[in-house]
Amino acid sequence: MNAAPLLRARHLEARYGAAQVLFGVDLDLHAGEVVALLGRNGAGKSTTMKAIMGLIEQRSGDISFCGRQISAARPHHIARLGLGYVPEDRRIFSDLTVLENLEVGRRPARLGADGRAMQAWTPERLFALFPNLAEARHRAAGRISGGEQQMLAVARTLMGNPIAILLDEPSEGVAPAIVDQMTDMILALKGAGAAILLAEQNLAFAALVAERAYVLERGEIRFEGAMRQLREDDALRRAYLEF
Amino acid sequence: MSFSGLTVQLLNGLADASALFLLAAGLSLIFGVTRIVNFAHGSLYMLGAYVAWSLTERLSSVAGFWISMLLAALAVGALGATIELVLLRRMYRAPDLSQLLATFALTLIARDAALYLWGPEDLLGPRAPGLSGSVVILGRLFPQYNLLLIAIGPVVLIALRTLLAQTRWGVLVRAATQDREMVGALGVNQSILFTTVFALGAFLAGLGGALQLPREPASAGIDIAAIGDAFVVVVVGGMGSMPGAFIAALLICEIKALCIALGDWTTPFGLTIAFPHFTLVAEFAVMAVVLVLRPWGLLGRQQETARASAASTAPFTPAGSLTKWGAAIALAAVALLPFLVGGDSYILVLSIDICVGILFAASLHFIMGPGGMHSFGHAAYFGLGAYASALALRRADIPMELALALSPLGGALGALAFGWFCVRLSGVYLSMLTLAFGQIVWSIVYQWDAITGGSNGLIGIWPSARLASKSAYFHLTLALSVAGALLLRRILFSPFGYALRATRDSPLRSGAIGIDVRRIQWAAFIIAGTVCGLAGGLFAFSKGSISPETISVGRSVDGLVMVLLGGVETLSGPIVGAASYIVLQDVISRHMQYWRAALGMFMLLLVMAFPGGIVGALRHRFTRT
Repeated sequence: MNAAPLLRARHLEARYGAAQVLFGVDLDLHAGEVVALLGRNGAGKSTTMKAIMGLIEQRSGDISFCGRQISAARPHHIARLGLGYVPEDRRIFSDLTVLENLEVGRRPARLGADGRAMQAWTPERLFALFPNLAEARHRAAGRISGGEQQMLAVARTLMGNPIAILLDEPSEGVAPAIVDQMTDMILALKGAGAAILLAEQNLAFAALVAERAYVLERGEIRFEGAMRQLREDDALRRAYLEF
Repeated sequence: MSFSGLTVQLLNGLADASALFLLAAGLSLIFGVTRIVNFAHGSLYMLGAYVAWSLTERLSSVAGFWISMLLAALAVGALGATIELVLLRRMYRAPDLSQLLATFALTLIARDAALYLWGPEDLLGPRAPGLSGSVVILGRLFPQYNLLLIAIGPVVLIALRTLLAQTRWGVLVRAATQDREMVGALGVNQSILFTTVFALGAFLAGLGGALQLPREPASAGIDIAAIGDAFVVVVVGGMGSMPGAFIAALLICEIKALCIALGDWTTPFGLTIAFPHFTLVAEFAVMAVVLVLRPWGLLGRQQETARASAASTAPFTPAGSLTKWGAAIALAAVALLPFLVGGDSYILVLSIDICVGILFAASLHFIMGPGGMHSFGHAAYFGLGAYASALALRRADIPMELALALSPLGGALGALAFGWFCVRLSGVYLSMLTLAFGQIVWSIVYQWDAITGGSNGLIGIWPSARLASKSAYFHLTLALSVAGALLLRRILFSPFGYALRATRDSPLRSGAIGIDVRRIQWAAFIIAGTVCGLAGGLFAFSKGSISPETISVGRSVDGLVMVLLGGVETLSGPIVGAASYIVLQDVISRHMQYWRAALGMFMLLLVMAFPGGIVGALRHRFTRT
């Protein structure tokens, strides 16, 4: 882990109007790794992701991605650099069909670290990864199940061929069978070389896929280290994760 | 009425519907993606007609005519893109209403630009070459050009549908209509999307205007009529729905055609109903019915709550003792005005206007600011108050003081009736319904010659002898305005006022803690209507005469401008806004020929420099840490 991180945030602060939500969050995401961002409801996980993505007006701090400053960049510039974002509440376009949702996310293939064009995601490749979506491809996205919508939200972001993905609580509110599919999907993406920052409340799920973890509490990082260490430290878990 | 006559009227209705659809489709598209209610859409339509006129003058060949139509539409489309790039682009993060103010300022500028470039006369366009004759339908003549129009509507609808369904651009536009922030987070540059959407919308408006030229002359007045019609169609059809807009245009135009075809009809009891008179009110009646039965329009869907993190409104602060004393001293100084400037001074006349304006703006602010209900038809209550007083005085010989006391009642009754419907909607739909009610009142007053005097209005509405002098009437107006404004202010700091603000901030949560949202909002409407009615009564006696202009859209918009100019988030905003707007309008209109354009420019500057209004800007300036 000596190489420069792909995504690097320092002193990240964010506020909604008068309410400050993040108080100097530092985090790194290296190429090809899955990192969990854990914390209770309201700890600031989603806000961290939105702030990185430029979706919060009032933010400050240093954020760089692939060596470029993105602290003041607009969301579409950040997305075009190869940082994908899958929001917590999915935000699929319910009036559009599944295929049209994928079309909105489509960006040209980008060059990998070795300078050669990476294999671009296509709807067909994504349907192989999410077979449920294949059957629903011509249906309005508002009429597919919640789990399928979650898959669609991930697939839509993948259409932009991201180098790194901010994945906000993919296990929230979906059936256990879908959570299993999400696990497989994350591991498959990781195998394909993508870096993932995974916001989660579900430690068991995060532990299956992530090797490192940050624990967020009231807008500050309270723990940073190996996933294994977190799982073995009962006191830490009780303090910041369990109820 | 004969079958053939009816058929021809209905065919005419189809032609009208096509023209209306072109206009409305662009407006709907622009609103869907950018969430901007583009008041200037009617101006783009007007400019389309003027530009087409100029081009057909120069290109008079057969091909030249059709090229002129297309070029005019393209020119207006380019103008739309420029407006988006130069002006609106800077305002997407500003409050919705400042965008409304900006596009309204554009209508003022466009109106004067048209007067300057094309003069005040109506400009008759050429007949369409090859389509200048008529065909015989069931033994009646029907213009060939109307057949073309009938075809153009469906063609444009299909073209738009194809564009939206089959192209990547169309998919992005539809996605942005639902959640534009997410579209940006997926790497799509919204700016380009917004500019192109605005250009296409403007192109359609320009095309609509150009294609009307062979049927109607180009004139500077068609912008306001066009925008009113287009709003109604978009709202009835459902915001953002192209087929909805088409169906709505058909429905409205066919009902109007039917009214014309029916002619005068005498009931068995000898009462004659003149159906052609209903054409003015028909579209707004349709809108009121549709919105009550289907609040999101025929093919519309409930809008998802705005995604962008809504800036929370700072709570109102009760006046400190400094403010109170300052206000009292200022008031005392104003009360001495007649002794300073003399009893016949023009300044007194202007001051009366300002007092009336303050009362009008404060009552509008009451439902707009704390209530969050943006009324586009507030002139209805103003007009009802004015006419209640005038009718009591002229038709029932009630003494002036008593007649004036009836004006709040007139406003209250109007708000009682209209408010009941309006509070069932929210957002732009509510605004449009208020506009519809405003227009309905206007149409009734305009048409009902026997009672209201029709377009001539009522004259001889003077105050009683002891209030006849300018200074006495000034003191009366000042006292009642201050009392009205203080009453509204007092209500806002009562439990009712807190409940009202709660319904604005979150209707859902307010309901959950036991607030009857609709009842509170309805009551707010009635309170605002009452105070506004008083303003109307005071206005009537200050002018000595009233006409339907008292209830016009223009007056409703004046109210909006006053409130927005002062700042909707402050309590003193409407007062400062009304005073500055009236003074500004007076000064500019007395000294400049093109005062509308100057006023528009000034408003644009204000909106760009102080999106929070004058008071908002001052407060920001002085409370900065």
